[in-house]
Order: sequence, then structure tokens, then C-alpha cells
Amino acid sequence: MKRARIGPWIALTLGTLYFIVPLIATFEFSLRMRRGEYSFDAYRVVFADARFQATFGYSSLLALATIIVGVLLVVPTAYWVNLRLPKLRPVIEFITLLPLVIPAIVLVFGYLRLYNSESWLPMTGHEQATDLLLTFGYVTLALPYMYRAVDNGLRAIDVRTLTEAAQSLGAGWPTILFRVILPNVRVAVLSGAFLTFAIVIGEFTMAALLNRPAFGPYLQLIGANRAYEPSALAIIAFAVTWACMGLINLVGRGARTAAPAP
Amino acid sequence: MAFLEIDHLRKAFGQITVVEDFNLAIERGEFVSFLGPSGCGKTTTLRMVAGFESPTSGIIRIDGKDVTEAKPNQRNVGMVFQSYALFPNMTIAENVGFGLKVAGRPAGEIKTRVEEMLALIKLPQVGGRYPYQLSGGQQQRVALARALAIKPKVLLLDEPLSALDAKIRVSLRQEIRQIQRELGITAIYVTHDQEEALSISDRIVVMSQGRMEQVGTPFEIYNYPRTRFVASFVGTLNVLKGQVVDAAAGKVTIDGQPIASASHLNGAKPGEACSIALRPEAVSLTDPTSGANSLQGMVEEVSFLGSVVRIRVRFGENAISLDTFNKPSVAPPAWGTKVTVSFARDALLVLDGAEAA
Repeated sequence: MKRARIGPWIALTLGTLYFIVPLIATFEFSLRMRRGEYSFDAYRVVFADARFQATFGYSSLLALATIIVGVLLVVPTAYWVNLRLPKLRPVIEFITLLPLVIPAIVLVFGYLRLYNSESWLPMTGHEQATDLLLTFGYVTLALPYMYRAVDNGLRAIDVRTLTEAAQSLGAGWPTILFRVILPNVRVAVLSGAFLTFAIVIGEFTMAALLNRPAFGPYLQLIGANRAYEPSALAIIAFAVTWACMGLINLVGRGARTAAPAP
Repeated sequence: MAFLEIDHLRKAFGQITVVEDFNLAIERGEFVSFLGPSGCGKTTTLRMVAGFESPTSGIIRIDGKDVTEAKPNQRNVGMVFQSYALFPNMTIAENVGFGLKVAGRPAGEIKTRVEEMLALIKLPQVGGRYPYQLSGGQQQRVALARALAIKPKVLLLDEPLSALDAKIRVSLRQEIRQIQRELGITAIYVTHDQEEALSISDRIVVMSQGRMEQVGTPFEIYNYPRTRFVASFVGTLNVLKGQVVDAAAGKVTIDGQPIASASHLNGAKPGEACSIALRPEAVSLTDPTSGANSLQGMVEEVSFLGSVVRIRVRFGENAISLDTFNKPSVAPPAWGTKVTVSFARDALLVLDGAEAA
């Protein structure tokens, strides 16, 4: 009996060490900028760097745009698939999984080929158009996570009956979608949104090849030229991701507290 | 002209016809139940009235207006669902006022109407709560209030009590009927529970395999079933296999014992097999009065059901279940006792299409 209990604990400890030790080492190294003592100098340098503020701000803005476009694309699609086209679900799921199979570099080369300045739609010829292209690229990258989160949320409620109840009370499609369905999958949408934010903040390939001043390429640049700041940046990136995950849990817990009694 | 008219309604999903030639005229303020087993087409018919399903053919008119092609949100039809379907993100007051808000009614009017509806369902204090904070019965009453708040022309109830426990079902069905009478609203109630349909309806439509088997008052449906299906589905029925002696005089033998029916056995020839039905409550263990039928048999089973004792008597190939009131002073017969059962001639039901076994 005791032996059976020890096994899982050993596995858990080894797993935790595997993840925690490099993180602690990175954190410890990021504090060593001042010779002979620990300090937050590396963090101070990073936060004071105008490029950090600019790239982080740029990526945050694009993450926000990605979330808005993603929600507007995914929620009505997933809703319609659940309500009227359940037979299409495997096809839609397959399509939304494609970004996990096709590397970002392949996607971005496709974009460059299709939308370069010599093409019929020269989006890479203008900064704002390239930002738009990058946003669409991010929407594609985040699609598997956003779709699954929203689809799970929709499956947890009785979409069809709620829709019919609203219809019988005189509601049209926009009212049903925005006042009945969306508020009831709010937690799922927020989960998808936080995951999207975490993906966009750390994304390198697309932003670098489209030559946009995003946080990912900045991380790479600092990593190639400085000693302690990259470690500080890695910890900051982890903190941002964890904050997103924490928010998902927090929002999820709030929803569970308010969940209907069985 | 009836308030709600359904003419030659038909619904097919591909090659499968689920509702066939459904015709019904419902008067204003009438409470009609669609009764039948699962898959008989009762819910599909209701959903066509609500606008959630498009008929393959036929016409639906509400208050003289053809609504066959109208969208569900343009029919002014209130619907109560089996699963309550309250909006989880809204408070009870917001749920009840939803339809009025969608219709763009002023806030003051919505507030007054919501209070009125919550008072009607005897839950005036729950406006600020969320659906999950109420019991199943309370949620269904709120769903009823929400459907009624918009003053619908027709109230549709799709097995609204199926998810509730037995005691609440009984009290809530009486409450639904009382509210419907009070408001004088036309209502269609879908159920597979015959007791529910018999107890609250003005008329019942019994359905089987997409067809209307019989339309009538609960009294007519129970006492004068027109088909074998209606007779067997509504209430408990003893079906006896016998042999025709004299079709014109309604005389048959059951396991060699002669009995007579008040009805003729149209078209049957002497010696042919026939089926005759009897309600358990039409049979008694007392000696027959003059002109009544009697059969002698042996007690096969005694079931104590509280106020009623159900006794099963076997005659050979046939057996009859009969109900007697529980009298504490009289013990029910023991198993294996020889008894005589009696029943009136007019208690025997000769069913359409059931003459030949």
C-alpha cells in the first residue's frame, strides 16, 4: 500500500524538479548582474529599455486585436456548428488543428509569397497592412486553443434549447448571440483569450520574418547580445504567461462558484 | 373559425414521415394535450406550431393568420421546455422580463409585469436570484412566468414536468392548469404521461407513429377508445381472446365460458377468434347482477397498491386484472382461491380493427 503511494510522489517530485530547477537557475542567474551580490539590476535595465516598452506594447496591442478578431470569428462559427451543423464538427475540428501541424515558418512564407509588395494584394508593402497580416497570422496560430475553449464552453450549455427559448420570446440572432450565448460562454472565451495573449506575446517566427517590432524578436535580439538581461526577460515572459494562466483559473473558479446546481 | 387551426400538417425527415396528415382546431382558451409514446410525433407537431421545425406540407393558422412560414420570434407563441431553459447568466427578474426587453418595452412596464408574473407563480421574492439558486419546480414555474410575460397568443408546453419528482409534478400540473384558466390562454401540452393528460386537459389528442389516433375529452378517450392503441395506451386494459358465438348478439366464449357484449362484433363469423377489452375498474369480485357477465377463475396474483388492491384472476388462457378499493375490514382473497368475477355487458370494449385476434 505504502509503496503504491510512494511511486506517484517520486514521479511528481522528479517532474517538478525537471521544470523548476532550470527556472530557479535562470532566475538566480538573472540576479547576478552586480558582481558579488544578488540584485534586480538586469530587470531594471530591461524595464528601462525603450525597446522593451515599445515591443511589449506592440505585442500586447496585437494580442488584443488577435483576441477580438478570434472571438468574432470563432464564437459564431462554433455556435452555428453546435446548433445547426453538428455533422461538420469533425471537419471544423480538423481545420482548427492545422496550425498545430503546419509550422509558423511555412505559414509566414505562404503569406510572403501571397502578399508581398509585388503581389496582387501587397500587404507587406505597408506597415499597417503588415500589422493586419500579422494579426490574421496570430489568429490562425491561436485558432486551435480558441476554438477548443469556446467549443467546450458551448457544449457545457444547452445551446439549442437556450436559442429556442430566446427565439420564442421574440429575440433575433444578434440578441441571441450577444445577450444569451456569449455571456454563458464568457469563461470559455476568456480562457481562449488568455491563451491567445500568451501565444502572441512570445511569438517570434511570424513577427521576425514580417519584420515587425514585436516582443518575440526583441527577446531573441537581447538573448544574442547580452548576458543577464535575457534571463530576466525569460522570467518576465514566464510571469506574463503564468499571470494569464492564473487569470484563467480565477475566472474559471468564479464561474464554478456560480454554476447551476445539478 | 377556431383560434388555432392545423390543417393537413405533415413532416418528413428524408424518407421518414414523423407526422402524417395532422388536423386539429383549437378554440380560444382551450387546453389541449398531445399524448403518445416517444417518437409518436407529438413534440415535432408542437415544434412546428412554435416555428422550430418547418412543415413538409400543411398550414398552421393562429388567430386567423397563416404562420406556417413565420419565424419563431414572429409568432408570439410562448414556450415552456422540459429542461426549463432559463438563461443562466440572468437573474429571475431578467429572465422573466427578457421577452419584454427584446420587444423594447419601457423599463417601468417591464418591472411591473415581472412583479405581476412572479406573484402569479407565487414566487414574488425570487426576482434577484439566479436560476441555479432555485429548485427544479421553482425554475419551471419561472419558465412558465417568462413564457406568459410576453402575453403570447398560444402557450406551448413540451413535457414541462418530466424532469421533476412525482409530488411536485402533481402540484405543478394543477398550478399550470389554474394559471391557464385564470388567464384564459390557449395552450398545447405535450406529454407521454396519460394521468397528466387526463387530469388537466379540455381535450386530448392521442398520437401513435405520427398519426392522430383519437381526439376527445379525457372522459371520451378513457371510456370510449376508438382504437386498440388508445385503449391500451390510456389506462390499464385487459385484452381477452375469445371465440365468436353470435356476432349480431355480441356473444362470445372466453376459455369456454359464455359472455355477451352490448356491441355487435361486426363481420365476425361463429367460431372465429376475437379480442375484447375490459378496464380493471369495470370488473368486480361480487356476484353478477341480472344481465351482467360472469367468469369463474382462480386468483393468480394480489398487489396491494394502498387505496386500491389489484387482483389478477386466471381463467385458462386468459387472465383479468381487477381493482377493488382497499377496505381494512375485508381481507383481499388469497392466492389460489376460486372466485367469480362479474362485469356489465356495456363494459366490454369492441375496438376498431380489433375484432379479429
